[in-house]
Amino acid sequence: MAEKSDLPQGTLDLLIMKVVALGPIHGYAIAQRLQQVSRDVVQVPQGSLYPALHRLENRGLLAADWQQTETGREAKFYRLTRKGRKQLDTEIANWLRLTDAIGYILKMSQGAAE
Amino acid sequence: MNWWQRLLSRKRMEAELEKELRFHVEQHTSDLMAQGLGAEEARRQAILALGGLDQVKEKCRDARGTRWVAEFIQDLHYAGRRLRGNPVFAAVCILTLALGIGASTAILSAVHTVLFEALPYPEAGRVVMIWDSYNNGKRLDVTFGSYRELAERSRSFQAVAVMRSWQPTLLGEAEPERLDGQRVSASYFQVLGVAPALGRNFEPSDDLLNGPKVAILSDGLWRRRFGGDAAIVGKPITLNGDTYTVIGIMPRGFENVLAPAAEAWTTLQYDMSQDRAWGHHLRMAARLRPDVDRERARHELNMIAQTVMQEYPRPPWASLQQGLIVNSLQDDITDDVKPVLLAILGAAMLLLAIACVNVTNLLLARGAQRRGEFAIRAALGAGRLRLIRQLLTETLLLAALGGGLGLMLAHLGISAFVALSPPGLPRADVIGIDSSVFAFSAGLTTLIGLMVGVMPALTLSRSQLHIGLQQSSRRTTGHHLMRRSFVVAEVALAFVLLVSAGLMMRSLQRFFAIAPGFETSELITMQVQLSGHRFDKESATHQFYSEALAAVRHLPGVRAAAFTSQLPISGDDQVYGVQFESSPTQKAEEGRGVFRYAVSPGYFETMDIPLRHGRLLTNQDLADAPRVALISESLARRSFPNEDALGQRLHVGPNTGPWYTIVGIVGDVKQRSLAEDWAEAVYLPTTQWHFADRVLWLVARADSDAAALVPSIKKAIWSVDKDQPIVRIATMEDRLAASAASRRFALILFQAFGLVALVLAATGIYGLLSGSVTEQIREIGVRLALGATRANILMMVFRQGLALTGLGLAIGLSAAMATSRLIFSLLFGISRLDPIAYLGVSLLLVAVSVMACLLPAWRAARVDPAITLRAE
Repeated sequence: MAEKSDLPQGTLDLLIMKVVALGPIHGYAIAQRLQQVSRDVVQVPQGSLYPALHRLENRGLLAADWQQTETGREAKFYRLTRKGRKQLDTEIANWLRLTDAIGYILKMSQGAAE
Repeated sequence: MNWWQRLLSRKRMEAELEKELRFHVEQHTSDLMAQGLGAEEARRQAILALGGLDQVKEKCRDARGTRWVAEFIQDLHYAGRRLRGNPVFAAVCILTLALGIGASTAILSAVHTVLFEALPYPEAGRVVMIWDSYNNGKRLDVTFGSYRELAERSRSFQAVAVMRSWQPTLLGEAEPERLDGQRVSASYFQVLGVAPALGRNFEPSDDLLNGPKVAILSDGLWRRRFGGDAAIVGKPITLNGDTYTVIGIMPRGFENVLAPAAEAWTTLQYDMSQDRAWGHHLRMAARLRPDVDRERARHELNMIAQTVMQEYPRPPWASLQQGLIVNSLQDDITDDVKPVLLAILGAAMLLLAIACVNVTNLLLARGAQRRGEFAIRAALGAGRLRLIRQLLTETLLLAALGGGLGLMLAHLGISAFVALSPPGLPRADVIGIDSSVFAFSAGLTTLIGLMVGVMPALTLSRSQLHIGLQQSSRRTTGHHLMRRSFVVAEVALAFVLLVSAGLMMRSLQRFFAIAPGFETSELITMQVQLSGHRFDKESATHQFYSEALAAVRHLPGVRAAAFTSQLPISGDDQVYGVQFESSPTQKAEEGRGVFRYAVSPGYFETMDIPLRHGRLLTNQDLADAPRVALISESLARRSFPNEDALGQRLHVGPNTGPWYTIVGIVGDVKQRSLAEDWAEAVYLPTTQWHFADRVLWLVARADSDAAALVPSIKKAIWSVDKDQPIVRIATMEDRLAASAASRRFALILFQAFGLVALVLAATGIYGLLSGSVTEQIREIGVRLALGATRANILMMVFRQGLALTGLGLAIGLSAAMATSRLIFSLLFGISRLDPIAYLGVSLLLVAVSVMACLLPAWRAARVDPAITLRAE
């Protein structure tokens, strides 16, 4: 019963951390933000979101506490820890390096063809 | 929260998870409603988008990382419930495992302590025992003269000491008490490596002839008689009428393995000028130098033995020409019991094997019955690994409970073991469950649990689960073959155990069937030891004994009585050298060691030792009369093979002594043990020996009940002198029984194990056949419907059961024939392939298995075909 996911687990963690880095936020809002910002290209199955959040929390990259929302309900808000921030920076750097490298390879093939 | 916190606050985690997800769903729902959907539709879509609440929860739980602990606890709960639901099955399994584990743990602890645990001395491996030898390698006590020569000439040892037993009477404020003790060289405690806790050790100056009388006491004696008062050091105490100064107290917990009961030590104070310097009655121990090993020491000592030096002249009977025996102390004290203990250990392991096989079979049978249950659980989503894990948890729980109960049984077993053990079992006081054995038994339990559980678990394959759902009563060949082979194995193992017990039983019968050379019924024996300086005069000693003898003989109920210096089958081992004046088979220089008996007239009549030739001692054979002796017939045969020994003369002991003339030849008597053949002996009148023995055995033949005479005999002896201790009172028959104590001990344990094995094998057969009948009920119904008689059905079941037994017997037979080699040293007088034992055990097993088949066979025969055929 494995679920299909568009994103490998590592990338999902990266995206979540980036969203959380912008300020304390609860799970539903994270899902919405991801959808909005990527203009609906990134489909994050909501079922994978919460396990990922808990995993990040267990690793100490996110910290959570319960606060009141504007509507007066209680929700679990996540924020990035210092350790999380460092991890995020490292991951972003790795990601950019990787995409650059892939980009070079792709551009090279086009050039060679000409 | 860290992992531990997450583990422990599961409820809170669950509540939070629920809250978080509910919030998410409600937010999504209100957003969807804001987009125009109806409430129900919005909620449905929100849940769908999330992917199903329970699935998400499961994945979050996984993310927690504490999953497996929760599952393990769940498994344990489930396992516990299952066991409770099947109490009989659980009880049988647990009890079987407990018996196996308990027995093996108890025996292992005992054997470990007695045979393998290091002796409680620093560098105990360096302590050795040194023996003289005779008759090709038999151990012989050393003489003081040999000890002196070896100690002075050898370079291999840090310390050398000799010792003999000593039983002083302690007088004081409380009642006179006869103590066990030792007379030792000054270096004795240095050999052991333990020094007194209070006061000082012996010094060489304490060990000189006519030196000061000093004593070291044990901690137990110190606390018991002297109140644990440290002021006793330096004070005098009265032992045997003499004043000894207490110079030291041994530490608490000091174990004197060479004489475990000894509580008081004093110095030997032997001197070469004394006759006793050449008597074989000392035990010798030594501590090796750090750079010398036992082999080198043995080599050096034997070199010394071979080279006689002028400064160290040796008499013929202490020539050391037969070589010296050097054993490590541990080997020395355990040699006698080693075969017995190892055999018992083997038996316990066999029992453990049978127990494991039995439990495995039970679990396999249960596994077959539960196939439906597992199929359903698999269909509900349990992974195969999870099911296997759960099965293993069940068996681990069984094993843990069995192991726990087994540990308790082991404690009981050890107490029983020590209680039943032959007296003189080395280190018996400290046998107990120690931590390493406990760890072993815990590890064993876990291993058993895994092994025994793995069998049924391994057969859980997907396809079989599938079949299970189709619920049929058809058997699968794989499982059945395994279970049958297990039952066959059980029968074989039980056979081996029982045959060993049978062989030992027959050995014991043979042992007791041996003629000791004298009449053993209604013979009471006791030792009278004279203490006090009054008896320094030999005439006083002889007078006491003749008066005491007269008093005893006068008692009604006493048919005959006599005194002797050495009693057969008592543990006595007094060997003296004899030199014949002219024996054709013996060179003049070489002396022979024989048993020496100083006896009163009437000894042979009292003991009923037959006279072969010549005459017995009479009252005319007194101190001043010509010196006479009797010899045993084997000695006569050996030394005078073709001529008459009567009239020949011999020296007994130092060859500066008088000549004794042989006036009679008597039958051989077993001195050391019924099992030993060597019986060369010389008998002298007590009054004609060159010193008066101060310790003599009284032997008295009673008309009817020997034991009942004891009080009156004691009174008679005390009527002559009331202060003389009378000890070691026993009937000869009791002594004989005690002499086989070691064999009997092994037999009892083998019988106990054999019985348990028999019961287990029987229940194994019963269980298998019972299950088989249940599974074959339909087939039986069909047969009956087709015309088979009930007798046919009965025979069918019996045939199944007896076929298994037969196969088990055949395998057990070959196994027993092979392994009986191992207990060979415990057997006596019978071949290890003794047909009666094997036949008897075979019949027993067949009879028991027939009984085990009865109930299932009867059940099968009662099957009503109408019912079974319908219930499909």
